[in-house]
Amino acid sequence: MQVSLASERLLAELLRARTGQELPDNRRWRIGTALSGLCREYGIDSIDQLVAMFSPTRQSVLARQMVEALLNNETYFFRDRALFDHLVGHVLPTLAETRAESRTLTIWSVGCSTGQEALTLAMLFASQEARWAGWTISILGTDVSGSVIEIARKGCYTPFQIQRGLAMGEMMRWFEETPQGWRVRERLRRMIRFEEHNLLDPLPALPGGQMPTFDIVLCRNVLLYFDAATRERAFARVASALAPDGWLMLGAGETTLGLTDRLSPERGAPGFFRHAKPAKPRRAAVAPAAIA
Amino acid sequence: MKTCLIVDDSRLIRKFSRQSMEALGFMVSEACDGQQAIQSCEAAMPDVILLDWNMPVMSGIEFLRVLRQTGHANQPKVVFCTTESDAAHIQAAIEAGADEYVMKPFDHDTLHMKLQLVGVA
Repeated sequence: MQVSLASERLLAELLRARTGQELPDNRRWRIGTALSGLCREYGIDSIDQLVAMFSPTRQSVLARQMVEALLNNETYFFRDRALFDHLVGHVLPTLAETRAESRTLTIWSVGCSTGQEALTLAMLFASQEARWAGWTISILGTDVSGSVIEIARKGCYTPFQIQRGLAMGEMMRWFEETPQGWRVRERLRRMIRFEEHNLLDPLPALPGGQMPTFDIVLCRNVLLYFDAATRERAFARVASALAPDGWLMLGAGETTLGLTDRLSPERGAPGFFRHAKPAKPRRAAVAPAAIA
Repeated sequence: MKTCLIVDDSRLIRKFSRQSMEALGFMVSEACDGQQAIQSCEAAMPDVILLDWNMPVMSGIEFLRVLRQTGHANQPKVVFCTTESDAAHIQAAIEAGADEYVMKPFDHDTLHMKLQLVGVA
């Protein structure tokens, strides 16, 4: 579907204003495919007509729909299994020790889309039932798109979605077949809360007024849509929300290097980042006379 | 090179699956139903079988039961690829000895993930 340069620019500006995400020239080819469904829904022939229907100066349903259609909601269960293997093999055993007193773990899945990442985490805990018995596991899934959060809250998936990343035994164990689709079982659902939220905005404060902190933050394949300055802001948000001894998990090929000095890669664990240790103060050179 | 037998009565599906499996480095052979699949396995046991459920002459589940009862030392991994997408069929496939289950329609990535899960890709 053809799109004029003016419409492309307007849509890119709308996306940036609403989400902070960029739509660079080399990704603008997506516009035609992404908005064709919306054109059909409104019964119009071109994206230029669709763009002409909304006024950027006022909040509109159409503007929201266009932004949501432009977002990439690609996700599946156990995406990059090796990262989850490291989580199970190294991160969770460490947290089981350091949080043994409070018996509480909090995890934030940023840009959770339709919920598969948060559910993957819940499956990890539920499959180690004995180890986590008596613990409170709270997983927060957030996304800037209200429509994907609605799907995540329903927890119902199509056959195509459910089998992406899950073995058949896992499907049968964690989901039940219903007329609406494959519905996540209550055992997983009760660990997770899904909220619409833009990573660039502060998280809502807890009832006591303090800001929430998380033992693990997963922020995978989210930051690549931001420009460098916005990534810095996003890292600042994540660093503030991450417990001092917590772990940040990024997507394959994503890094903190050059974007923040608050978080640094964990040695030997690609994809995992921790709070950077404060630089040791340089020891003042001791004058030979003082030794004498 | 690992070998794969595609068992499906749809020529179109066999063509799509062949392209996917060849792209993953498998040497592919084909059968149109369960009976042809038995003959193919008697000639040479593949490493993995992609198996449709509903086929003329002998269905996928009947073929799988026969295959698992042969007691052949080198049992192949069997991945159902079918339009049957309800829990009862999946349970029946598990009980008959299937290693994985793919519901149609599926894409190349999903098939690849399933083959990784059963350890042949």
